[in-house]
Order: sequence, then C-alpha cells, then structure tokens
Amino acid sequence: MASEPLLLKNVGIADSWTIDSYLKSGGYEGLKRVLREFEPEAFATEVKNAGLRGRGGAGFPTGVKWGFLPKNKDKPRYLCVNADESEPGTFKDRLLIEENPHLVLEGIIASCFAIECHTAFFYIRGEFHKGYRIFKRAVEEAYEKGLLGKNIQKSGFDLDVILYRGAGAYICGEETALLESLEGKRGLPRLKPPFPALVGLYGCPTIINNVETLANVTLIAERGAEWYASLGRPPKNTGPKLYCVSGHVKKPGVYEAELGIPLMELINERAGGMLHADRPLKAVVPGGSSMKILPASKCDVLMDFDSLMEAGSMLGSAGVMVMDSGTCMVQALLNLARFYAHESCGQCTPCREGTGWLVKILERLESGNGAESDVDLLSDVARKVEGHTICPFGEAIAWPVQSYAAVFRDEYLEHVKRRGCPVGGPSLV
Amino acid sequence: MSAVREETDRKIDELLGTFPRKGSALLPALFLIQEEKGFISPDSMEYVAGKLDVSPVFVAGVVSFYTMFYTRPVGRHHIQICRTLACALRGCRSVLAHLEQRLGVGAGETTPDGKFSLEAVECLGACDKAPLIQINGEEYELLDPKKVDEVLDRLE
Repeated sequence: MASEPLLLKNVGIADSWTIDSYLKSGGYEGLKRVLREFEPEAFATEVKNAGLRGRGGAGFPTGVKWGFLPKNKDKPRYLCVNADESEPGTFKDRLLIEENPHLVLEGIIASCFAIECHTAFFYIRGEFHKGYRIFKRAVEEAYEKGLLGKNIQKSGFDLDVILYRGAGAYICGEETALLESLEGKRGLPRLKPPFPALVGLYGCPTIINNVETLANVTLIAERGAEWYASLGRPPKNTGPKLYCVSGHVKKPGVYEAELGIPLMELINERAGGMLHADRPLKAVVPGGSSMKILPASKCDVLMDFDSLMEAGSMLGSAGVMVMDSGTCMVQALLNLARFYAHESCGQCTPCREGTGWLVKILERLESGNGAESDVDLLSDVARKVEGHTICPFGEAIAWPVQSYAAVFRDEYLEHVKRRGCPVGGPSLV
Repeated sequence: MSAVREETDRKIDELLGTFPRKGSALLPALFLIQEEKGFISPDSMEYVAGKLDVSPVFVAGVVSFYTMFYTRPVGRHHIQICRTLACALRGCRSVLAHLEQRLGVGAGETTPDGKFSLEAVECLGACDKAPLIQINGEEYELLDPKKVDEVLDRLE
C-alpha cells in the first residue's frame, strides 16, 4: 500500500516550514472550506464521522472527546495542544513541528472553530529549541495573513494561539500534568474525574489534543470525512499514521503509512531492514517504551490500534524500537526502569517507590548477583504499581516490566544461573 | 534593588499580561532569568515570587521539579547526551565514555575551568539521529567518538 504522503506532503521541499511554501501546495484551503461551509458543530460531527482516533497514545476518538465539552458556554473553553513529545522512541511530532508546522496550525484553527474555543495553547517540550523557534514563526506568519486573530478570513471567528515551553519533565505529556504545568506549577497529574473537558485549564472546559491528531484534522478539513474514513483499516482504524522507527535498523526515521501497515514491512522495506546482517530480529517495542514488547515470533502483526491490542501490546505513540539478537533484555529493561524512576513525579507512593525498587532488582540481576526469585519479584512489584496510581504512569512502567520478564523469562533466569549476561552485546546501561 | 536587569524585569512584566492567569507566567519568567544569569539563585526565586504573588518556597518547588532549571552555574558549553533506550541501542554508552575521558569529568560534572558541563539526560525525542547530544540547545547527531572530537574541537 504505497499511498501518497499526506502528513508529510511538504516535508523535504525547500523552506517547507514557511507559510508561502505551505500556501503554494494548497495549504489553508481546508480551513477556508470549513469556515465557509460548516457550522462548528457540523465540523465536529465531520471529525467524528472520519473515525479519527487520537495519535498521542491512547487512541481515543477525537470527535467523541470534543463532545464531552459542556453545552453551556458561560466559561471560556481552551484547546491545549500536547507538543510535549517525550515517550522514548517517539519523534513524529517533532518532525511535523519542524518541517510542516502549518499543517498542524491549520488543524488547530479548524479544531478550535469546531469546539468554539478562542484561545489555544501550544505546550511544546522545552528541549525542542528548534521546533519552538519554527512554530513561533509559523504563528506570527498566520497572524500576518489573517489566519489567526480577530475575524479570521471574515468568518467572524476569533482565535489566539499562545506558545508555552515545558521545562524538562516527561510527566507533563500526561494531559492533566500538562495543565498544571501550564498554570505555572509542578507537573503533578490531577485526579479524574472531573475530566478536563469539564474542569481543565484554570478550571475551565479544556480539550487536550496531540500534534499529529490536529494535523489529521487538517486532512479531514481538506477532503472530508468520507474520504478520510476510507483510509487505513475502516471502520475503527482510519487515516494515515506516522511511525517512528529506531534502534537496530539500517534507516531509522519517521515513515508515513495508512493505519495497518504490517510491522515487518515497516522494518524491512521502509527502514531498510536489520542493521547487522549477522544479527537477526529479537524483539520490537511497537508503541513507545511504555508498551509491551513483542518477541520476533509475534512481529507478524498489523500496525493499528486494534491489531496490536489483539497481539498483546498497543500502538501507543507508534515509537517502534527494533532490537536485534545482540540485545540483552535485562539491560534494556534496566535502561527503561532508570528512565521511569527519574521521571516519576513522586506524587503516588507505589510509583515513586516501585520504580526505585525495580531499578534495584534489575541492577542486581544485571550485575550477576540476582536470585531466581528476583524474576518473580519484578512482576510482583509491577503488579502492585499497576492500577494504583493517579495517572497512567503506573501502567507505563508496569507493562514493560511484566512483558520483558515474562517473554524473556529464560534469559532472565540465565543471568542468575551464569551470574552474568549470557547475551554479550554492547552495554545499554 | 531588583535581582535582575531592567530589560528582564520589563519582559517579565509583559508576561504577566500574556496569560489569562498570571501564575502561568512562572515558567517563562524562570527561563528569562536563567537566560540572563545562567542559573536560578534563591534571590531570583524570591524576586520572581514577589512578581507573581506566590511564596518563594512555591517557586523553589517548581524550579526543583523541572530538569531544565539549574540552581547552580553550568559550564559555558552544556553538553547533554541522551542515555535512554533508543540511543543506547545505537551505542551512546561509547560516546559518553569518550566524552568523560576527553573532558576528564563524569556525567553531572563541570570541568574546573568552567568550560564544559556534561550531563546524561533522558530521551531527547530524536531517536532516528541516535546517538545524539545537545550543546546549549544545538543538536549534533549520529555521533561516534571521532565526530565528537570534531564537534568539541570547534568550541572555544
């Protein structure tokens, strides 16, 4: 299925991030169509009919999420764009922001029109210095061309977009932590309910959408729900998707395909196959570091929300990390456990303490001082973190731990028996 | 006496009016202060707390939560190397070992002349360019020890 690039349409052409370049390729025509032909609610219905599911990780239907906003409009409502891309293995939003910012901005404007919101915040990861400069310029260009500000394209619709830089905290990618951070506080996730659609930023109704999700809204604005819903694997996995392939492949990068491309096609045809001819595929993390790992024997799978769920993992952020036979699965998990221990916000005891314990147990196994019971202890700790925290961070560490320790149980036990690593590849920790 | 330059003070005043609630100005104000001073001192925390009508200890809590705010001076060239899994799979350990050897300091330390700080950080979201470092926000990608030397040789 070698379809035309939609999300990456302008990527690679000269000055792709400028509004002139974007307008030349038909940019903002979709927005103009929406402003001309649709009532806000009708366009929200259009997005719902397109079947667009959120591209940030959870895969929740975007139009349905918008529908949770209260009917009365006595308070201002906000759109917060989640550009805090931090899930290890994920780098698609960065590419959109740096190379195709106006595709994202057009989607932001069309979405704000649909949900009748007049102030949008673009919360961008602090480490994305270049992305911040580029998106800031894109917003300025849009104001200059009358695509932001008062009475956009004489439609009577007003919108301001405000950029906000994060300051280095993985947890701020969690939507309620993002809101706390945007209010100038520590990024501690909030208890839900109430959900942000009712009580969000400054206590007002708020929608939080991912960058790639909003870029998809532009495509729906341009060509309509019916066309969009025919892409991918309808009815529940529609539209194009950006896949981030990293690790042991010849050509790591962001690849666009309709939802449902076979994982092995992504690895072998798009990403150039395995890096070393003598080291075959051992395992793949299909959706960012928080998702369960698939051993090579289970990699004959389609890359969409439902197929990966059936295979025992999730599409998540579509961060595809490829590991070859030289990868030690104790070290790989220890590397991630240190990440989660560092990034836990510390609010919930099971996560704050559990992540530290997981690191200690894994360090013991990795150094050859582990006991057989440590392998079960890993899963036990993970089980006691999962479901016992305010936000999904608990699952984000529990799932990889449970899956690595179960799928590669023999390799973990070998570490105990041999008092060291049986794999012998380059160190990951 | 103000703890920051007049220009920074003016920019922070502008920030207070940018957001629907002035509390949101805290993170951008801290970035401005850090841009001027290189780090955020207790004096600066007290100053910005006064501007936003919050307590200094609230500001200290925010500063300590985010890894991009520094409470101590960092080197002129702040080298941050990504250590997380996707970079590790592509050999970031050998790049880090080379940096430590060449600079004579470990991750988390600054050279005695204040020229370089070395820090191992979590995923920078550019795994297709692994291994990768940022120096004062600029990215250098697909590194090996030889390329690291070329980059460092160009820095004064």
